[in-house]
Amino acid sequence: MADFEPKIVAFLCNWCAYAGADLAGVSRLQYPSNLRTVRVMCSGRVDPVFIVKAFKQGCDGVLVSG
Amino acid sequence: MISPKLVEVGRHLNINLVTNSEVKSIEGEPGNFEVTLTNNPRFIDPDICTGCGDCARHCPASAVNQINKGMSDQKATYIEYAQAVPLAFAIDANVCIGCGLCENTCLAKAIRYDDKIRETKVTVGSVILSPGTEGFDPSDLDYLGYGKFPNVVTSEGFERILSAGGPYFGHVMRPLDREEPKSIAWLQCVGSRDTNRCGNGYCSSVCCMYATKEAMIAKEHIHGDLDCAVFNMDMRTVGKDYEKYFLRARDKEGIRFVKARVHTVNEIPETGDLKIRFADEDGEIKEEIFSMVVLSVGLTIPDSAVQLAKRLDIDLDQYNFAKSDPFAPVETSREGIFTCGVFQGPKDIPGSVTEASAAACLAGADLSESRGEDIQTYEVPAEIDIEGQEPRIGVFVCNCGINIGGIVDVPAVQEYAGNLPNVVFTDSNLFTCSQDTQEKIKEKIKEQNLNRVVVASCSPKTHEPMFMETLEACGLNRYLFEMANIRNQDSWIHSKSPDLATQKAKDLVRMAVARAGTLKPLKEKVIRVNQQGLVIGGGISGMNAALNLAKQGFKVILIEKEPILGGFALKLHHTIEGADVREYVKKLISEVQAHENVEILTDAVVTGFGGYKGNFKTELAVGPNKEKRKIDHGAIIVATGADEYQPKEYHYEDDDRIVTQVGLADILEDKGASDFKTVVMIQCVGSRNEEMQECSRICCQNAVKNALHIKRLNPEAQVFVLYRDIRTYGLLEDYYTEAREKGVIFMRFEDDSPPDVTTSSGHITVKTKDHILKRDVEISADLVALSAGMRAADTKELSGIMKLNANPEGYFIEAHVKLRPVDMPGEGIFLCGTAHGPKLISEAISQAQAAASRATTFLARPEIKLSAIAAKVDTDHCVKCLSCVRTCPFDVPVFNTEKKVIEIDEAICHGCGACAGICPRQTIQLGFYEDDQIECKIDALLAGGM
Repeated sequence: MADFEPKIVAFLCNWCAYAGADLAGVSRLQYPSNLRTVRVMCSGRVDPVFIVKAFKQGCDGVLVSG
Repeated sequence: MISPKLVEVGRHLNINLVTNSEVKSIEGEPGNFEVTLTNNPRFIDPDICTGCGDCARHCPASAVNQINKGMSDQKATYIEYAQAVPLAFAIDANVCIGCGLCENTCLAKAIRYDDKIRETKVTVGSVILSPGTEGFDPSDLDYLGYGKFPNVVTSEGFERILSAGGPYFGHVMRPLDREEPKSIAWLQCVGSRDTNRCGNGYCSSVCCMYATKEAMIAKEHIHGDLDCAVFNMDMRTVGKDYEKYFLRARDKEGIRFVKARVHTVNEIPETGDLKIRFADEDGEIKEEIFSMVVLSVGLTIPDSAVQLAKRLDIDLDQYNFAKSDPFAPVETSREGIFTCGVFQGPKDIPGSVTEASAAACLAGADLSESRGEDIQTYEVPAEIDIEGQEPRIGVFVCNCGINIGGIVDVPAVQEYAGNLPNVVFTDSNLFTCSQDTQEKIKEKIKEQNLNRVVVASCSPKTHEPMFMETLEACGLNRYLFEMANIRNQDSWIHSKSPDLATQKAKDLVRMAVARAGTLKPLKEKVIRVNQQGLVIGGGISGMNAALNLAKQGFKVILIEKEPILGGFALKLHHTIEGADVREYVKKLISEVQAHENVEILTDAVVTGFGGYKGNFKTELAVGPNKEKRKIDHGAIIVATGADEYQPKEYHYEDDDRIVTQVGLADILEDKGASDFKTVVMIQCVGSRNEEMQECSRICCQNAVKNALHIKRLNPEAQVFVLYRDIRTYGLLEDYYTEAREKGVIFMRFEDDSPPDVTTSSGHITVKTKDHILKRDVEISADLVALSAGMRAADTKELSGIMKLNANPEGYFIEAHVKLRPVDMPGEGIFLCGTAHGPKLISEAISQAQAAASRATTFLARPEIKLSAIAAKVDTDHCVKCLSCVRTCPFDVPVFNTEKKVIEIDEAICHGCGACAGICPRQTIQLGFYEDDQIECKIDALLAGGM
């Protein structure tokens, strides 16, 4: 497990978490590159089906933030 | 928080931003001013500079970073902060050594060493002065040790320490040794309420609140325990919901609020800790040791603003704030020149933003005849029909100077993009956002017949609208666009692992291309705006809102539930400044009545309501016979006001000699004060208690006003004011000082031991515990005046009908406390006066003007375009489970009982898509974010192996 690199999909709300992720960039914070973001207009838009789909296709983690 | 506003201002077609310049003179008259500007050299062309920062990275000359209060360095080539607008660097000529490195580095060729001071002229119709404020410089107050002991910082410096963009990247550390502090003391009123050392007699209004906030955030940021103590004379948390915040800080977070003014700060040399000496309430000298001391510095008017006022012939008061009339708060002494913010008087952000809108209202009213002239608009060509076409995607990858290109292998990403399905064209640019690249994109769209565009660059939050406009400008529907965020969310955060960043960029581009293929042209529905306004409430706020909206050229219907206009102000006599309220109200009523654009309906109540922004329909019952009337209007201003609390405390109901402050003002007006030997005033009656947690904001100044009135009428009379904190914020502090000078005695009591009032046929006896003597004191009084708080007018029925949200205290809730203080959450609905929260007449007037201004920006457009990001129901497959109805945070989906279908009105849909997420049968789709338009991204990501 030492070299395990998880694949993580992040659903980020346009108005808060996505803006926060942008700000992390502006502030040059460094974090692992295992995350791929999907922008949504509200975390409420995230249908549970999206999450199941991500896992089904081999994703190791899903982050819904909003 | 301020960043989106900055971007909006920077991008606005009709705001010409002239930075690094000063006003030299203003000649002419309202409607036609000629303004001469002195443009200081920047040495970098802001139109060409892309803000990449290469120049600063190569600059060898260092300077002190003023924004970070000297706690970090910057280069001679600098930008004040990351979100600055325009995002363009400047060269500090005092520091620059002229080495030429920046010129050689700058890929955009923006450096101009020969830039000179210039003079330009602009002609305008109105002028608004908002030169702002600077924090008081405590260097001269030697007993505080600022500048001498590194761990003594100002509150401005501490804000920078807390900031992620600050000197320590948001880690709370003390400057001396970069250790986390174990305890921090805030010393209030540094440079405020101090006529002894600095001459600033006023209260800065904001420091109590920001000190509390800083203590709360510091506690959050720090890893271990942090002892926070705020040393204050009075805690002045007078704003809407501020008292609740203060109580949370004190009771839940354990922040200590100590009643003392600290007189000496000394450093313990071995540790860098600070020993502070102060006298506590018993008069005993105490010492405490803290790791850090924050000086809560007050707001002052910078010298540059004083010079500006002199050049423009604007009258200033003794503290250099712009002089204004209580009934004309944002007008300066020079006609056609308006003001807002701290230059008008000390105030917080909501107050400043409100005043800014008020000043815009008055500035605009003078120009309303020429509205729409001299402005720029976008010309949009006819849309190209892409029906039936296969996706032809163009991908533009941005280097962003070296921001992306220095980390991510942009050529590799571009090549990778070229092999993705449906991609027919790729390009990479130094700066994809630059004006010349926009032209290039337009060319390529036409040349390559592109019908989808992907830009891989920075954040869609800041740049999507601009690229969408580029698409529109060559006839492509704006919704055929997608961005891959390979800067903010890639190169900037993975700068130490270029390979991983490049891999991520490829993934993000693949996801974006997949999504682009699924995008469809969307139509933005256009709705007409009914250009008539409705103002609810005929008090000072409502009348001012109606009058100012009318002056902007719009028809207004003003409704008042009582048979006459005037509202609560009819019960008042004078403001603390001595201005005659009744005279003003009389004048205001006749002005409103005389204005051809205002229709007044008294004795009128709202009985029904429907419609949406721009097209409201309100039903009224008007007059003694309750005649029904229907009104169509585009905007609403709510100004339903507030009343004085009717006390149940202190025998108010059963003894005539116990009155409220409003009652006392009546007595003083009618009978004078010659009968009084002793008057006792009791503060916080019906405020700051269990029933009403909030402070009513105005009662302290009310008590001071009446106390001064008594002293003027009868200097022999004794006046006692029993208080918890005296909250004479801003310039009101001068009256508090005057009252003490005139011999009014102020005695503090604790909230758990309020005064005791007993009545007999002779005297009223008030018993209270003196906070200095620590002994019970008995006062025999002829009259007791209760400073009864404010209560929002009963609007339960109205808010039920119009679906307006009020807080537990009954005051209506604004859309955003700081950025949108007079907008209500529903579009086209605005709020002003005491319906929003307790406030003074002058504050209510500027808020009414602000509401009129906001309503004007809404009504001035004959039609509005709705965002196509709205939910749609497929009624054929909907099973009417009502999940969407239950889920929508804005109550938009409704079940139409006649047609038996769910309806979603796109005019009121906020486009969050929560309904689409919850719908168990996927019969609701959100435009631009349909299920497959999101799922395809997951597919594309994981198909590529990530």
